[in-house]
Amino acid sequence: MNSGKFILYTVVVLFTLLAPFIMPDFKTQLATLWLMIIVALTWDMTGGQMGYNSLGNIFFYGTGMYVAAVICIALTHDVGAYTNAFSDQVYVFSNAEYFTGVMIGILGAGVFCSVCALIIGYLTFGLRGPYFAIGTLGVAIAAGELVSNWDWVGGGQGISLPVFPYDLELGKIFFYVLFAATGVLLFIFLRWLYTTRFGAAINAIRDDEEKAEAMGIHTLRYKLTTWSIAAFFIGVVGGISAFQLIHFEPLETAYQTINLGIFMVVCVLLGGKGTLWGPVIGAIVFHLFKEVTWNYLLGWQWVALGALIVITVVYFRDGIMGWLMSVRPEWFGIRVEKKSGEAMGEAGT
Amino acid sequence: MSSIIEIRNVSKNYGGVVANKAISLDVEQGTITGLIGPNGSGKTTLFNSIVGYHPIDSGSICFEDREISHIQVQDIARLGLIRTFQQTRIYKAMNCVENMLISLPHRKMRFLEAFSRNSATDFENADRLLEFVGLYEKRFLMAGSLSFGQQKLLEFAMALMNEPKTLLLDEPTAGINPTLINGLIDRLLRANREFGITLFVIEHNMRVIMNLAQKIYCLAHGELLAQGTPGDIQNDQRVIDAYLGAH
Ligand SMILES: Nc1ncnc2c1ncn2[C@@H]1O[C@H](COP(=O)(O)OP(=O)(O)OP(=O)(O)O)[C@@H](O)[C@H]1O
Ligand SMILES: [Mg+2]
Repeated sequence: MNSGKFILYTVVVLFTLLAPFIMPDFKTQLATLWLMIIVALTWDMTGGQMGYNSLGNIFFYGTGMYVAAVICIALTHDVGAYTNAFSDQVYVFSNAEYFTGVMIGILGAGVFCSVCALIIGYLTFGLRGPYFAIGTLGVAIAAGELVSNWDWVGGGQGISLPVFPYDLELGKIFFYVLFAATGVLLFIFLRWLYTTRFGAAINAIRDDEEKAEAMGIHTLRYKLTTWSIAAFFIGVVGGISAFQLIHFEPLETAYQTINLGIFMVVCVLLGGKGTLWGPVIGAIVFHLFKEVTWNYLLGWQWVALGALIVITVVYFRDGIMGWLMSVRPEWFGIRVEKKSGEAMGEAGT
Repeated sequence: MSSIIEIRNVSKNYGGVVANKAISLDVEQGTITGLIGPNGSGKTTLFNSIVGYHPIDSGSICFEDREISHIQVQDIARLGLIRTFQQTRIYKAMNCVENMLISLPHRKMRFLEAFSRNSATDFENADRLLEFVGLYEKRFLMAGSLSFGQQKLLEFAMALMNEPKTLLLDEPTAGINPTLINGLIDRLLRANREFGITLFVIEHNMRVIMNLAQKIYCLAHGELLAQGTPGDIQNDQRVIDAYLGAH
């Protein structure tokens, strides 16, 4: 690691640790920022690094919410009775029950979602390009509809979870830490993964899947593994969101295909597909843009967002990172190689 | 000597087009075998059938005495039977070294080994083989920026990186600068002799295939027209007619 990178990482780590204390009024927004970073990074695993543009990753977010909630409730109560809208029974969770439920619920959500990804992936990875995108979107939409008609998990009303048992501000810090820790873990994991043979293999699938097959790469195995890891992390943040939001409903919050489901794609396109930092930068810029327009351009916020998407797609195809790479290739170690290569090439031919 | 590839009565139609009709041929272990024929005579189709790229209509294809006509592309590749493409397929957005490293033989790798970085030996092998095909100087250039001929050489090097037992090459000299063709013939011979790779080569350039192959098969209109040593083929009137279009 060179000194520039060292400084960068130090600043990022310090900001991550101190942000909720420097900006105490924005704890929830900061937590949401981490959520955006995580869903963008996981979307890019398949969309950017492997060339499979899923529009259905929100399925794992929604499913993560439900699985975490059901696990947390089921550990101490009867789920069907708990979610019964007509019952006026009050359900109590002790502090120990609450935190056990949160932790097991979140992890269970991750594991459940990664198994779902294996199954859905097995059925949909035969689809290419737009067919995969629409196929996965279909899964997410169908799941939202099914769940909203399933009374055992609260039907269209959704589920209300117990509230954080201590001070509310402390609760905000608690959820910030959960999101930030997941995000940091995911970032470190991906930073390593993309330098391995595994990373190279999924890039090969993106660049020419037929060639990869002809060279004997186990393409399906790589695709399933990648998506299942992504789904684990999305399921985990879905679970965290469930406890943070306290109440959630199936279509507006959990399986919110047109909000978060699309935002994660926009973040990646904005920041730069297929790069490690692109999704992070994209999520930060997008989140700032969204907070500002939602607060100061009320009524026009969706128009502004639409304009941002159009401008990105039309003028910044490769996103912020792609643009940076083209104007400052030396920052990415590209120029050095290219220069020496070119010089030798000239001498050689 | 025994056959490593054994093709019996293989037919393949595309809609109404009979691309291959009851073809039978053998590729002997350790040799270089040629496949020639005018444009559209069904050579690439036969390669595609062998590597499982499409299902065949009838017949049997064996690799190392094992029926492979119902096996998928990737599984056949992992048996050590690798092909290169007539239209050249490389990973254009990566540099040559990265292209080489991606081509490591996955059949010799356990899945968990994918979760590690490439070893120093892998890098050495990549450099050595790039040197072997004459692309060492260009190794850090984006593969997509190479000329068509250089991309062919890179694809050949990638195939060697995969350590195949048998390599099917679809027109390896197409697009290669004529002054470099002798060098390429020499490398193909070395790949065969030094690395022990059986080669099955489609080639349009008669001079190349006559210098390379021990046995040559000639297709015309999807059928096997002639077979024999380069000498036999060169003097076969049917082959001469087919190439002159008098068939
Ligand atoms: N995918 C396809 N769909 C339909 N017809 C095809 C297809 N591929 C090849 N053909 C037809 O099958 C016949 C044999 O084609 P093939 O590509 O095998 O010939 P070839 O001997 O490799 O020719 P060339 O020397 O031009 O590469 C041709 O008539 C061709 O038009
Ligand atoms: Mg051909």
